[in-house]
Amino acid sequence: MDSIHYHYLVDGEDFARAGEASSSLKSKLKQLGFPPDVIRRCSIAIYEGEINMVIHADGGDIDVDIYPDKIVMVLKDKGPGIPDIDLAMQAGWSTAKEQILSLGFGAGMGLPNMKKSSDEMNVETEIGVGTTVTMTVNVPN
Amino acid sequence: MVVADIIKLLDANVISNEIDMNHPVKTVCGSDMMSDVLAFIKKDAVLLTGLNNLQVLRTAEMMDIVCIVFVRGKTPSAEMVAMADELNIYMLQTQYTMFDTCGILYEAGLRGGRKVDG
Repeated sequence: MDSIHYHYLVDGEDFARAGEASSSLKSKLKQLGFPPDVIRRCSIAIYEGEINMVIHADGGDIDVDIYPDKIVMVLKDKGPGIPDIDLAMQAGWSTAKEQILSLGFGAGMGLPNMKKSSDEMNVETEIGVGTTVTMTVNVPN
Repeated sequence: MVVADIIKLLDANVISNEIDMNHPVKTVCGSDMMSDVLAFIKKDAVLLTGLNNLQVLRTAEMMDIVCIVFVRGKTPSAEMVAMADELNIYMLQTQYTMFDTCGILYEAGLRGGRKVDG
């Protein structure tokens, strides 16, 4: 099945600009007429992911494929990798520094919330190489 | 309850250039942690926060938040005001602290997300 594809480059230098890719995707999903709940779940998932890429990995690439029945978001970074995914998936566990906390993030809710918001989530990570998070949100019939 | 009620209850300044006083609000979330807002906020919500940066607006955009109330007299930048107008998110400012702001709205009948699941 053909999809509509979007690619976003996430700038890791500027925290203030983090979220621009998520904002753009949200507008597109609205224009395409997806149900509000699907848009909301995609928005949470991609925004948390985008923030993570800026905080932990100096940015990266986001690729989104929009199908009539699902939205697939792939977030790829060349950051430090996640040493223990099970630990990172626990709500409240965080490696974020004080500066990030003062910006309103780094509470250790990102990955658990991304999982909760998507129907499928897969994390591939290698220390010193990077992390790829693939999230799928299904569109109900 | 509508936006105009929030303004009256909190003796709030309207920061946005454009505002719909009659827009309904159903729930409230008070937090300086945007991660928590993204995890717990409900629909048609007012966000109370002491955090003052662009990510507050991005979070509000993602969660379809109706109105942001900056507590403790925090003043958003001109860039934030322009962005809020563009996104159709209303921004208010109150001199009350977070605790008192929550208390005033709770007493007036507004509720949050209640307890967190699990």
